[in-house]
Amino acid sequence: MNGKPLVSIVSAGLSKFGKHEGLYAREIFALALKEALDRCPKLEPKRHIKAVFVGHMGESYEHQGHMGSTAADWGGLIGIPATRTEAACASSGVALRSGIYAVLSGLADVVLVGGVEKMTHRTTAEVTEYLAMASDYPFEQFHGVTFPGLFAMMATAHMNAYGTTEEQMARVAVKNHRHALLNPKAHMQKELTVETVLASKLVSWPLKIYDCSLITDGASCIILTKPDLASKFTDTPVHIVGSGQASDTIGLYERQSLTSLNSARLAAKIAYEMADIRPENVDVAEVHDCFTFAEIMAYEDLGFCKVGEGGKLVEKNETALGGRIPVNTSGGLKAKGHPVGATGVAQAYEIFLQLTGQAEQRQVKGAHVGLTHNVGGSGATAVVHIYRSD
Amino acid sequence: MSTTSAFTIEQFYRFLEQRKLMAGKCLTCGKIHLPPRPLCDSCYGQIFEWVELSGKGKLLTYTIIHVAPSQFQTMAPYTVGIVQLEKGLKLLGLISDVPLEQLKVGMDLTIDFVACRLDKTWPQWQRYCFKAV
Repeated sequence: MNGKPLVSIVSAGLSKFGKHEGLYAREIFALALKEALDRCPKLEPKRHIKAVFVGHMGESYEHQGHMGSTAADWGGLIGIPATRTEAACASSGVALRSGIYAVLSGLADVVLVGGVEKMTHRTTAEVTEYLAMASDYPFEQFHGVTFPGLFAMMATAHMNAYGTTEEQMARVAVKNHRHALLNPKAHMQKELTVETVLASKLVSWPLKIYDCSLITDGASCIILTKPDLASKFTDTPVHIVGSGQASDTIGLYERQSLTSLNSARLAAKIAYEMADIRPENVDVAEVHDCFTFAEIMAYEDLGFCKVGEGGKLVEKNETALGGRIPVNTSGGLKAKGHPVGATGVAQAYEIFLQLTGQAEQRQVKGAHVGLTHNVGGSGATAVVHIYRSD
Repeated sequence: MSTTSAFTIEQFYRFLEQRKLMAGKCLTCGKIHLPPRPLCDSCYGQIFEWVELSGKGKLLTYTIIHVAPSQFQTMAPYTVGIVQLEKGLKLLGLISDVPLEQLKVGMDLTIDFVACRLDKTWPQWQRYCFKAV
């Protein structure tokens, strides 16, 4: 492929992330879709969109499965093939990947890809339990492990192997909350200090409440097409030039490494090679900071720094806006919020804004190459995409 | 005692009732699976034999869970870890009766057996945990 566009993104939409009291997931999805349609007046949705893929993790939240057709229905798109994709927190990263399959196969030349989750009407205990369903039932859930618990065990292993500190993890939270202050769609508009994070309530040692991403309602979508059709819909498309998806054991305990995600490394390697891009060429990245430690591990898995030096990278402010490689300019899962099914495509939305110069106060000047890194569960799924503007 | 059907998750937990930690060894390629599997993920063989493990190992990593799922809330805070056993095998479990100040990556642990305290919506399997040697 060597850097040739696989598909082009011609529009993108995102609902406000936060609490949408009294709204159903399908209604929140419609908000995201409306923004994408308004942004792309040359696109006639009923005429042009040939397929829809929607990432959605849990039927338990609203007692509602079958989200593919539900979203198509409430998006005014009935008739076309509508598919729900599920890969835990990578549900819409996988929707994006499926959309690419659809366009490249020639079966659909314009595809709507999105994701949605409605979570905040449930109690923390319920959400903890629903999220844990993405881990191994007989060997993890049965022993009382939670998602924070799984990432906490990776953090403990990393602290032991490389001397990574709780303070370095706290710095990820401080950075992403600072970025979120510049994103009006972020769930939490609240500046944090390292001290506040360190003193916050323990969730699963060494992770504290401010090390954790938020329980959020939200929806995201983007519109993909064949690169040679992009100019029909927009003058400023963003091209996807690399796409990698990989899997790993469902149980964390069976993995070779507890300090990196092999799925993310594999997906990144495939995407970088396809794009003919190296980590140092990436101008802006959205990575899966479901927990602060996960962002530190992502730096290493994506090659933004050497193995074991992720903590130092955030300490030196290299991943903050204005730094060498700004990461999670949107505020990330940590502060923008993590409506799990919506997250993968919400990352693509932020990169779309960055590479088209529409990220306003948080714009990375001259951003030309972007990357998204979306992880499902404790890493049994990882999806990495690389983007380029003309 | 090799068969083509009994190398299952259910059977793994049934052995625990007899206080036995059992893995499945593929007789085609020799790979040992913990938990056992009915289909070898290495060579796709279906003929296995049971291998009993000592249950002794070293703590690879751990966490102390404060915010627990509904069923485990009365136990919180509790410690969960991943234990390196013999033959390169690993298992996750609760770490019981180890004071927090003594918890340390690399410490020696051994398996222990505890009664199931989960309600009937969960399998009523024999539970295991790990304790200090």
